[in-house]
Amino acid sequence: MTDLNQLRTELLAAVEGASGLDALEALRVSALGKKGRVTELMKGLGAMGAEERRAAGQAMNALRDAVAGAIDARKASLEGAALDAKLAAERIDVTLPPRPEAEGRIHPISQTIDEVVAIFGEMGFSIAEGPDIEDDFHNFTALNIPPEHPARQMHDTFYFPEKPDGGRLLLRTHTSPVQVRTMEGVKPPIRIIVPGRTFRSDSDMTHTPMFHQVEGLVIDEHSHMGHLKGCLIEFCRTYFEVPDVPVRFRASHFPFTEPSAEMDIGCSRAGGELKIGAGDDWLEILGCGMVHPRVLQNCGIDPDKYQGFAFGMGIERIAMLKYGIPDLRTFFDADLRWLRHYGFVPLETPSLVGGLSP
Amino acid sequence: MKFTLRWLKDHLDTEASLDALGEKLTVIGLEIESIEDRAKALEPFTVGYVIEAKPHPNADRLRVCRVETGKGEVQVVCGAPNARTGMKGVFAPAGTRIPGTGVELKETSIRGVDSRGMLCSEREMGLSQEHDGIIELPDDAVVGASFAAIMGLDDPVIDVAITPNRGDCLGVHGIARDLAAAGMGRLKPLKADAVKGTFRSQVQWKRDLPGEKGDACPFVAGRLFRNVKNGPSPQWLQDRLRAIGLRPISALVDITNLVTFDLGRPLHVFDADKLSGDPTMRMARAGETILALNGKSYELDAETVVIADDARVLAIGGIMGGEETGCTEATTSVFLESALFDPIRIAATGRRLSIESDARYRFERGVDPASALWGVEVGARLIRELCGGEVSEVTVAGTEPKTERAISLRADRVKTLVGADVPVQEQTRILDALGFAPRAVEGVIRATVPSWRRDVDGEADLVEEIARIWGYDRIPMVPLRIEGALPSIALTPASSKARLARRALAARGMVEAVTWSFMPAAQAKLFGGGKDALKLANPISADLDEMRPSILPNLIAAAARNADRGMGDVMLFEVGPQYAGDQPRDQALVAACVLAGRTGPRHWAQAPRAVDAFDAKAAALAVLRACRAPLDKLQVTADAPGWYHPGKSGTLRLGPVVLAHFGELHPNVLKPSDLRGAVAAFEVYLNAVPEPRAKKGKARPLLKASPFQPVERDFAFVLPADVAADKLIAAVRQSDKALIADVQIFDVYTGDKVGAGKKSVAVAVTLQPIERTLTDAEIEAVGKKIVQNVEKQTGGVLRT
Repeated sequence: MTDLNQLRTELLAAVEGASGLDALEALRVSALGKKGRVTELMKGLGAMGAEERRAAGQAMNALRDAVAGAIDARKASLEGAALDAKLAAERIDVTLPPRPEAEGRIHPISQTIDEVVAIFGEMGFSIAEGPDIEDDFHNFTALNIPPEHPARQMHDTFYFPEKPDGGRLLLRTHTSPVQVRTMEGVKPPIRIIVPGRTFRSDSDMTHTPMFHQVEGLVIDEHSHMGHLKGCLIEFCRTYFEVPDVPVRFRASHFPFTEPSAEMDIGCSRAGGELKIGAGDDWLEILGCGMVHPRVLQNCGIDPDKYQGFAFGMGIERIAMLKYGIPDLRTFFDADLRWLRHYGFVPLETPSLVGGLSP
Repeated sequence: MKFTLRWLKDHLDTEASLDALGEKLTVIGLEIESIEDRAKALEPFTVGYVIEAKPHPNADRLRVCRVETGKGEVQVVCGAPNARTGMKGVFAPAGTRIPGTGVELKETSIRGVDSRGMLCSEREMGLSQEHDGIIELPDDAVVGASFAAIMGLDDPVIDVAITPNRGDCLGVHGIARDLAAAGMGRLKPLKADAVKGTFRSQVQWKRDLPGEKGDACPFVAGRLFRNVKNGPSPQWLQDRLRAIGLRPISALVDITNLVTFDLGRPLHVFDADKLSGDPTMRMARAGETILALNGKSYELDAETVVIADDARVLAIGGIMGGEETGCTEATTSVFLESALFDPIRIAATGRRLSIESDARYRFERGVDPASALWGVEVGARLIRELCGGEVSEVTVAGTEPKTERAISLRADRVKTLVGADVPVQEQTRILDALGFAPRAVEGVIRATVPSWRRDVDGEADLVEEIARIWGYDRIPMVPLRIEGALPSIALTPASSKARLARRALAARGMVEAVTWSFMPAAQAKLFGGGKDALKLANPISADLDEMRPSILPNLIAAAARNADRGMGDVMLFEVGPQYAGDQPRDQALVAACVLAGRTGPRHWAQAPRAVDAFDAKAAALAVLRACRAPLDKLQVTADAPGWYHPGKSGTLRLGPVVLAHFGELHPNVLKPSDLRGAVAAFEVYLNAVPEPRAKKGKARPLLKASPFQPVERDFAFVLPADVAADKLIAAVRQSDKALIADVQIFDVYTGDKVGAGKKSVAVAVTLQPIERTLTDAEIEAVGKKIVQNVEKQTGGVLRT
């Protein structure tokens, strides 16, 4: 038995001392291979008596298992060390920049329109559309702005050449003609918003010849100015994400609404920085009013049965206010630096459940 | 519309503060543009008495003044030649900001003598450019009193924006009426008592208007004044006019300006001695001209109403008087005009002649018809008061138009239209205060519209009057409820496609721009434009004079601007309208994109390359995919429009319906832009993308995923060079439609090894067995079919 013990000690020491996987394999063959020392010993079992054989057999099996186990363990350890060494040699500079991917942007006008639609959509409005090139009837006359009405001079209108019949088309000065087109074609109840391009021949620090408006129209049998206030106050608080922003409705005049109002929201200009919310100043946001009975009539809707309200606001203006964009004219420059800075990443789709803005 | 607080108080008995008046004006629809309290800036400036002015010991031009300020004596070093002992001037203590220079005054030592304040010139006070000496105040000015008060500058100037419907508020009296109705005080009655005439005027008004143009001037009144003395108007009148930015001229002219702003009643005065014959209201005759009071000559036409005598045109009716018959200091005999004109005609004439005048501004917004008569009384009173003399009886021509009309207001209409519970009593009080003489009878208020409110003609107008005076802030807000529990879809098919296109392109790294709907006509021609119907008659500038027939030129220009700024790698897109004609159907919604420069920055692991037509094609396909176009049915043809490179561009179509163009741009269209290198672009016509059929529902066909291993085999064919790749793919696919799941082209070669007029195209074909694994023999058989079919359909042979 001492022989076995001695052999065991010797072999285990050799396993532990194996310098590499090759040496370990050679050791395995020399110990446990067909002609290995342990194998050879076990061959001698057949010559033993039954009693002796059982005892010796157990001892030899134990020796074989111990050596095999030690070899496996040593092998795993050597393999691990070899892998570690290999990986260590494969080190990369993780601070290198990855392969470039272009970053796209959504223009603030598109993003703002999507925000506005998300809010009014929740209030049951759906989008209506109309052409940019309009006729006089839809842009003016139907909206209770007859020819020579002073209000026409308020709109610096772009005109197209006169037609042989004396008529001339124009670029719509507001999105309101789509109100008319909708009322002409749809029976009340009506609840639409109209985002779109509008045009006025005006160009200076705060005016561009093209800009965007969103128009809203509600026509049914019962909506009144209290609803108008409710609708627009809720809109402003949601859009500007200032739940307690103060609001003010001022009397005003638009030919197509009666009564007419303008809506202001509270702001402060302390330290030259405009901040929307409670403050000591007001900021004009939109024009609105109850649809003039003559407009309803012009569109074939019975003003004795139906009534409702309309409103309109400038997209660029509310985008500038919310996102702190200082200059209107830059919206149309297509300057990549500006677009990357003020633009939105494409996954930021506005919704009320997902959050209106990043 | 400007006026001062004191001026307002001539018409309104009120204890309200300036702030309260301002706030009320704004909410009732007379929006405050500004309130300028000139006294505030001048507060530190007081009357100072120069006890002694003696020469400066170290400077010839300077004087050392001992100034009594009312709060003690202060030493001031002064350089003004008129600084002298015993005078009174404007004193500013150290620490004051000087309005004219913006500089803060400091205690200082001037050439060794201390100076603790300043005696100011008009320029330093911001009053004029006068700087030859310091302001000299009258001897009776109280030392220490406010300088602003002495100069009449302690009267705040209020500027109100008047909406075009409120001609009645272009006079202070009308504004006071609105304020009184809104509870801000009591309206003082109009001072327009009749002034008795003592003789019949030798000059009589005449009207000579054809019947259809009678409205041009329906009514005119006037009076003659004899032995008047014209000269500078009194200080209070001059102060008032200066406060609102008008230049005092002479008493007679200042009176007409005063009445214009005080009561919204334009008047005109003629020097009666310069008239020959009776002044007549008539239409101008072709070729007639007038030298107007602004010093300019105007040529008149038959649509212009004028005042003329036997010799010449005296004035452009309702717009401006003539220079020749204007009043001067020498005038002793005056003829006063108080007329009514057709607002529309005045507006048209004013626009045509480009004359802005206070009279035109009021007449085109509508002047109270009743004011023609009371205007001559007010004018007569003022002329008598300020210029003396005798006044004639009134002369008139035409008849005062009757504007009286009654409107009924249902008592519940305010409630149903505005949503506010305004008691009927309050409704009638408001209407009464505004001059509507209301009577409440059986649930209806009968109102009579006053002559000055030509804007009011229906029940809704009365509701507005009541609501705005009652206060919009008192209308309770009511949430706007939706009909069901959940809203329905808000987007239209077009707006949905535009949104998908935008986000698909931005997700590919492209940047959205918004550019003008118009562009230079010269360039529009290169993109299929040039229609006269789409040229603007009044463009904002010569290079924005035509509606864009394509979005691309604007994007090319934008790309070039960015390249000039050093950003030459551009992927700009826009989703917006383009215009093929002037009818609604001619406006198309297009997603367009310009790619210029390289695909990205230089990078250590990956080299960028120049953009090409296939970048554009990929992005166009991405838009179509996002918009749910049936890509499997899409055809590609090599026939893009002329602004694309003829050899490197194509069209994506469904049969005759063109969905998109893509490719490199033609060098000719890039010429104006200075863009170098290839520029790729695409245009996707979103309106042309068909809507998915609603009937089909949203369920997708069942997925048939085969459990068997797919097999991939490669083939290389040598084909005639003009065989399109999609023809080869179709030929391969049709070889065995059931088994062939995918065909990819992985190599295209032209050159020596295949010979001229040939190309080699290599495809990877994926065979997807469905029922069992394929045997080698079966795979072999499909391969043979593929080779045969390609040969049959394309003339291509397997490359060996």
